[in-house]
Amino acid sequence: MNSESNAPPESPNDPQAGVPAALSATRPLYWSVRRELWENRSIYVAPLVAATVVLFGFTIRTITLPRRMRALSALDPAQQRAALEMPYDVAAVLVILTAYIVGVFYCLDALHGERRDRSILFWKSLPVSDLTTVLSKASIPLVVLPLLAFAIIVTTQLIMLLLSTAVLVLSRTGAATLWTQLPFFQMTLILLYGLAVHALWHAPLYGWLLLVSGWARRTTFLWAVLPPLAICVVERIAFGTKYFALLLGYRLIGSMKEAFAFGAEPGTRTIDSLAQLSPLRFLSSPGLWSGLVVAATLLATAARMRRNREPI
Amino acid sequence: MPCIEARGLRKAFGTTIALDGIDLRVEEGRILGLIGPNGAGKTTALNAILGLTPYQGNLKVLGRDPWTERDRLMRDVCFIADVAVLPRWMRVWQALDYVAGVHPRFDRAKAEGFLAKTAIKRGSKVRELSKGMVTQLHLALIMAIDASLLVLDEPTLGLDILYRKQFYDSLLNDYFDRSRTIVVTTHQVEEVQHVLTDLVFVDRGRIVLDCSMEEFESRYLEVMVHPEHVAAARALEPLHERQVFGRSILLFDRVDRQQLADLGDVRTPSIADVFVAVMGNKAGAADGAAK
Repeated sequence: MNSESNAPPESPNDPQAGVPAALSATRPLYWSVRRELWENRSIYVAPLVAATVVLFGFTIRTITLPRRMRALSALDPAQQRAALEMPYDVAAVLVILTAYIVGVFYCLDALHGERRDRSILFWKSLPVSDLTTVLSKASIPLVVLPLLAFAIIVTTQLIMLLLSTAVLVLSRTGAATLWTQLPFFQMTLILLYGLAVHALWHAPLYGWLLLVSGWARRTTFLWAVLPPLAICVVERIAFGTKYFALLLGYRLIGSMKEAFAFGAEPGTRTIDSLAQLSPLRFLSSPGLWSGLVVAATLLATAARMRRNREPI
Repeated sequence: MPCIEARGLRKAFGTTIALDGIDLRVEEGRILGLIGPNGAGKTTALNAILGLTPYQGNLKVLGRDPWTERDRLMRDVCFIADVAVLPRWMRVWQALDYVAGVHPRFDRAKAEGFLAKTAIKRGSKVRELSKGMVTQLHLALIMAIDASLLVLDEPTLGLDILYRKQFYDSLLNDYFDRSRTIVVTTHQVEEVQHVLTDLVFVDRGRIVLDCSMEEFESRYLEVMVHPEHVAAARALEPLHERQVFGRSILLFDRVDRQQLADLGDVRTPSIADVFVAVMGNKAGAADGAAK
């Protein structure tokens, strides 16, 4: 451990001595995020395991790759492309789904576990504000997991690409079709855009999970899931409407509609061109901003609530 | 500026009154023992001082309102709530890294120095350490922080006698330096008697005794009375009387030492004996009033 880098940034005699406010504000945040990664190793282990599983399956499947590539040459370029992209999309989707599951369970435990094991008393004995703590925990699903998922997916896809190339070259099939038809760079851009869009869009959901984990004494999962379901049921029975259910559905998957432009004909849900990304429409959608306002409110409430939370 | 200043501090949990108008003033450089039976309100008082619980009344710690400025206050205040609050998943080096990262007044080299004197390994998880070692680790972290106020709530609960002795020894020898203030609650009163400079007895949310140890020693005297003087001694209205090996031991409050010396052997009572006497009399008085 380098002790110099950990030297106190302030002189002990004068607490107000010229430390930039930004430094003293971001240092506790930075260390709080690292603390979360120390405690919850599943944040990076689970997506890595998912990627390993995908790679394992893909490696076995490369045995038949040369035969499939030769069959592919009979198809038109668009179909070739779709077939080539498929395993790469599967890898991305599996890692992203894993990251979502990790994020949901992480949030449900984040402000609950520290009360359960009484360590909240230790954290509160240090000069870290409740807001910093809540923000550091919110940054896991909103920033850390998307970035991690991105890095893991791109690395996985690169390994897949190199593996396929090696197999094709060695089998004398040739990797030219693969390299010309697989839009690797474009896939990466779409992935990055999609991850960012979803993190922003889902922010209020994570805010809700964190709030419940800071509030509930036990069974955080039930408290997070059952009340919204109950509202849906009551609304359906009492008024015969399903506005709340539609609202929830919109919050879960509405970002696809807001952030991507799909083809005119119904049923096409594929994204195969950068032209389909519509960041301006996404940034101007009321759903995004209302969601962010709700998320900020939920996180502020969670921070305020943590102030008088005690071990349970 | 006093280190802690409370006026009319009140706190109720539903209908239970935990703090019933506490007035307390702790000056810098004192070591205050907060002594009271279970449920007297000690921990509630400490939680209010540490900004862990809202309260009514006036409270300033180092000139700040603990409830609204906890994070800022914690740069100058350290506390050990009890031995079991260090996160069990954490490794020793992670604890050092984290505290060094978030605390501007943490001296890492000092903490490493304290740890070097123990058997604690850098790579161990807290869950793998014994209860005594966890306390050593926590104390090493806390003592390396250049704080003005240290709050200890039952810091040696569940430790064996060796660790308890060591705990107060290092606190006095390596930490306390007259400019710091320490507030400690404990049931092991006899262990802190020689450590304290001030004493507060709390019962049912109220302060029943608040004095310095010098005052305590001049005010309270215990006499092992010669059998022939027992009647005379009782006439001086002792606070408390008990029998040890057939001899009467009487505890007096504010009675002239010379006068008592004629009746038997005079000595300074232990805090525990005075505590029993003061609390017992209160309970007796309450019973009498009820009848």
